[in-house]
Amino acid sequence: MSVIEANGLGKRFGSTWALRDCSLAVPAGHVAALVGPNGAGKTTLLNLAVGLVTPTVGSVTVLGGQAAGSPAALDGIAFVAQDVPLYGNLSAADMLHLTRNLNRHFDQRAAERRLAELDIPLKRKAGRLSGGQQAQLALTLALARRPRLLILDEPMAMLDPVARHNFMATVLTTAVDEGVSVLLSSHVLAELERVADFLVLLSHGRVQVAGEVDELLAGHRVLVGPAAEADRYAERLAVVHARSGGAQAHLLVRMNGDAARVPPGWDAHPVGLEELALAYLREPDAAALPGPARRTVTAVAG
Amino acid sequence: MSALAGPVLEGPNGLRPVPWQRMAWVTWRQHRFAVAGMALFLGGLATYLWIIGRRLHHAYAAAIACHSASSVACVDAISEFNSLYRFFLGGYVLQPLPALIGAFIGAPLLARELETGTFRYAWTQGFGRWRWTLAKLILLALVVVAAAAAMSVLFSWYYRPYFGAGNSALALRAWSPLDAYLFDLRGTAFAAWTLVAFAIGALAGALIRQVVAALAATLAAYTALAIAVGMFLRQHYLAPLATTRLNLPSSAWIVGQWWTKDGTFAYAPWPPGDLAFRLCPPSVVGQGKSTSQFNAVIQCFNRHGYAFWHHYQPASRFWTFQAIESGWLLALSALLVAATVWVVQHRAA
Repeated sequence: MSVIEANGLGKRFGSTWALRDCSLAVPAGHVAALVGPNGAGKTTLLNLAVGLVTPTVGSVTVLGGQAAGSPAALDGIAFVAQDVPLYGNLSAADMLHLTRNLNRHFDQRAAERRLAELDIPLKRKAGRLSGGQQAQLALTLALARRPRLLILDEPMAMLDPVARHNFMATVLTTAVDEGVSVLLSSHVLAELERVADFLVLLSHGRVQVAGEVDELLAGHRVLVGPAAEADRYAERLAVVHARSGGAQAHLLVRMNGDAARVPPGWDAHPVGLEELALAYLREPDAAALPGPARRTVTAVAG
Repeated sequence: MSALAGPVLEGPNGLRPVPWQRMAWVTWRQHRFAVAGMALFLGGLATYLWIIGRRLHHAYAAAIACHSASSVACVDAISEFNSLYRFFLGGYVLQPLPALIGAFIGAPLLARELETGTFRYAWTQGFGRWRWTLAKLILLALVVVAAAAAMSVLFSWYYRPYFGAGNSALALRAWSPLDAYLFDLRGTAFAAWTLVAFAIGALAGALIRQVVAALAATLAAYTALAIAVGMFLRQHYLAPLATTRLNLPSSAWIVGQWWTKDGTFAYAPWPPGDLAFRLCPPSVVGQGKSTSQFNAVIQCFNRHGYAFWHHYQPASRFWTFQAIESGWLLALSALLVAATVWVVQHRAA
């Protein structure tokens, strides 16, 4: 089952395409990170997934084929929007009560326990909580709904480092313990390295990379060798990003499981998630899209 | 499965939607301050009107009961009634009330959510976006209509002395129940106008997405509609009656005046000023403006083959007009509410 599946999805605001030609399938059971620079279309894609925005072209389904924004989809998805919108004049307790009233499932006791652990006073107005507390309250509300998919848009923007750590720990625990799929967007790459096991990289409104982190890391290497030979090999290899410092060249290369292509005299080093993502972000024309997403595009086009 | 996108009550998995009645608490909790503010304002106004209304009714009773109308005591009683509470005289100052209630409850309903971004919370909950909108609109519409209905009962009572049949004979102030500024304060029309102002506010909020701008647009749209109806539409609800009678009761709403000569149309609403001097002796045309002098001029014209016609709506049509006006305002409100729900459901947020 795909928690989110997009086919030829595009959204235009006025004359600007915020997202275009997006085909994507994120399987269930992952903590999927949606990464890209500001303005890449992350928020647009997430808003499309929860039905707040309707597609200009293409389609998007969630939770195994439910139309985005349909009652069944909204029932199974908890969404925390960017900047964590809460009713500032309602107390934390009221926000719990409100969310309980608006949903079929709500675990009141778990929510109250979590707020107590976080030292968030139930009686304080949401508008008078700190940014970090607001984010935690919004996450608490979302988790108490017992969703099958948790969507978080830039959840850590308002958090200090300690709060970020605690926040992500909660998300990870929930994902593992309760089998909740998570889709979260961020432009802070370092945050995601520890938690994400599926990566979607958006750039300029297009999907550039989509795949499981393990496979992506296994499929890429940094080749280090003499700078003089770099250009020669670059033609044969799927070079994502080349960087040369003096006599040595660092080529980040997509291997496609073909270790034999390491040129003689070069060393192959494994690559980190942050390094991989940065390399792609620096080269907007490079792409690493897995089979399934590609095939759906063809099917739609045909 | 995706063909079921849009308003479906039963999800594809047969899951039961969140019950409607849950929105009662939600709406109360989110709008209690606006509703309480409205209740406070209307309550204050009602208390004040009740206090001065009792004095007005006492003054009226004294003026009506006074015998030998030309006595000093009676003239005093009559002028006492006529000069009471000029601020509320004729209902002019109460005209903006529906617009104020509607705009301050209706316009922020969606505009505030859209302005502060909380719609991204509200519209992604399991309750569903169009159901959330419809439930809030209906609940707050009921509150607004109930408040307006209560106020219009009070207004009906307060202004009743001005509609007394014998008022003109005693030189007491008298208005037609169909008068443009009093008609829509009484009966069912006041609640209907308040409802339409609320519905305009809700739609303006959904479209404009800014509280202040939506408020301004609501007041402007309501004012334009109310003026257009009062000036051009209401008089056509039923074909007016035509008469050449001169002593129309003060309760009749005169909607047109014109002159005929020998049965064909001549002038409207008045003949040229010099015609009176040519047709009638100077003693008749004098500068006076009393009713008897006016009638003398008309009789002089009548002798020359002219007839002075009135188009009027009789006061007996008050409830028919109330029903017609309330009916189409209710239909318009339903349309505006439907449009608001449509905008919320279909426009990209």
